Amino acid sequence: MSHLRPEIRQRAEEIVSLYPHPRSAMLPLLHLAQEQDGYLTPEAMEEVAGLTGTTAAEVRGTASFYDLFHLEPVGRYVVGVCTNIACLLAGGIELLEHAERVLGIPVGATTPDGLFTLEENECLADCDHPPCVQVNSRFVRTTSADQFDALVSELRDGGRTDEIPPFGTLVRVRRTVGLVAPREQVAEERARVSIERQQRAEAKP
Amino acid sequence: MAKLDAPKIVTARIGIEGSHTLATYLEHGGYESLRKALAMTPEAVWSEVDDASLLGRGGAGFPAGRKWSMLRKNPVSYLVVNGDESEPATFKDHLLLENDPHQLVEGVVIAAYSLQVSQAFIYIRGEMALALERVQSAVNDAYASGALGQDIFGSGFSLDVVVHPGAGAYICGDETGLLESLEGKRGFPRIKPPFFPAVMGLYGQPTVVNNIETLSNMPWIIANGGKAFAALGQGRSTGTRLFALAGHVNRPGVYELEMVHNTFRDIIFDPALGAGIRDGRALKAFIPGGVSSPWFGIEMLDVPLGQDEVGERGSMLGSGSIVAMDETTCAVRAVWRITKFFSRESCGQCTPCREGSGWLERILWRLENGGGRHEDIDLLLDVCDNISPGLVWPPQQTTICPLGPSIPASISSAISMFKDEFYAHVTNQGCPHG
Repeated sequence: MSHLRPEIRQRAEEIVSLYPHPRSAMLPLLHLAQEQDGYLTPEAMEEVAGLTGTTAAEVRGTASFYDLFHLEPVGRYVVGVCTNIACLLAGGIELLEHAERVLGIPVGATTPDGLFTLEENECLADCDHPPCVQVNSRFVRTTSADQFDALVSELRDGGRTDEIPPFGTLVRVRRTVGLVAPREQVAEERARVSIERQQRAEAKP
Repeated sequence: MAKLDAPKIVTARIGIEGSHTLATYLEHGGYESLRKALAMTPEAVWSEVDDASLLGRGGAGFPAGRKWSMLRKNPVSYLVVNGDESEPATFKDHLLLENDPHQLVEGVVIAAYSLQVSQAFIYIRGEMALALERVQSAVNDAYASGALGQDIFGSGFSLDVVVHPGAGAYICGDETGLLESLEGKRGFPRIKPPFFPAVMGLYGQPTVVNNIETLSNMPWIIANGGKAFAALGQGRSTGTRLFALAGHVNRPGVYELEMVHNTFRDIIFDPALGAGIRDGRALKAFIPGGVSSPWFGIEMLDVPLGQDEVGERGSMLGSGSIVAMDETTCAVRAVWRITKFFSRESCGQCTPCREGSGWLERILWRLENGGGRHEDIDLLLDVCDNISPGLVWPPQQTTICPLGPSIPASISSAISMFKDEFYAHVTNQGCPHG
């Protein structure tokens, strides 16, 4: 029984077929799992392991290395405020402290209504608009406390949903064309990987 | 006086409405260079790039032509494009990815043709969702118009390009860390030797890893010739380069400038560029090439923006990001934040970097917040010396990748320039700037 919904599962299989080795699809598949669940559930990681020919432990070990993957539930909007050098010089730390007060949570926490998670970000490469604020990896360019407050109330009222999809949805543009491997070849590769995985599991004492 | 008459090589279309779309790109001569390149031999394309003497724009400044020539001996290979721009205060690739993705795609196909590679990956930082979407759209459109896929423009050459999202890790900007990440693993930089992915890269195969800006130069170089590119700039620093100016300037932004013919003073103070320091304040110091580079004081303002010109004076142009800090900036606080960044982003493989960065951050934190001790300044330098022995430039390495040796750069240069300020943090029991 697939944990990933049929449509997501199909996209996952298409992504795997783009790479010479299934494991390379690890990061895009984890993004996809987050798109479905909002964070990485154990069930999704197990399924990604199957798709990439790895173990659930390897998936977790890889996912935990990267800032954008969350192993615990996060809010619908993950708000990041950069405090690195260019933003520091423009009051990034002060804006982050303001965000803590406005949202009523410390960095790393989620509001009780499950709407916002606050993070302190490293440089987001938008240094001509400091301090840099992102929501779900989208640059919102709210550089003052007032603008930040307006953004928060807009999001609370359900605004800007076109621009800022729920957390986890990273790339909404699908790959439409390309030298996608023939389906039989993909099925063959998947069977091979699953046999190898089985053999590895059996070889363990 | 700033010299601003050089052609815009990679930013010509920036600012044009719809610059990210295929229609706009085609209106401005898009994919003509690719057609021209495909009519040439792969060797002739390489020779133009070699003539251009284009230095890689990622940070290390390795000549692109030479990198490619290493691969020409080996048959099986991949082209990987490094779009994991995360060196603090660097935001040039972000601009190119969002506003001119087709220029990059065209550059990728030209490079792949020259290298005779049939598979390329564009690795883009996960924090850049819009860039990921725009590049994916550009790739889709390129396939649909025959500029990608099988038998490109009827030339017989085929290329598949996969846009790959990163997931938030500075270390994946290191080329071997990036390759590990692309293989679906933690972004742990690989142990050297082999030193170059051209020997052993993606899946153990010969691989070329190029920066976004480097490849974005290709369409212009093919259209105008490598010699025209090399005619710009001076010495080893040819062509133009993107400089990302941030910090306390009136007009922060990305500026494309001819190499060497402009100075730090030009970019920070020229009215058409940085337009001087905010609120009429005085400049205190500046970071010349990303936070991995040693700081420069105001006596270095007239140093030209060139690879060797900056290198000879004990720092680097690095990723091309310049951060201006005005007289109100607390040097300890700025260095603390930079060090905190390295501490957070250290992958943890090597002890000097993993432990050292955390120690340094804590010492700087207590200096800034009133717990500093007189001996802390020497202690900082001592820990730095353990990470990068001798604190020389270019730095000595005790770690697998250059992240570790980058940590001491800001600390030791700031202490040498502002030693009194560091001691004032001890005697004042905290930051005298308040």
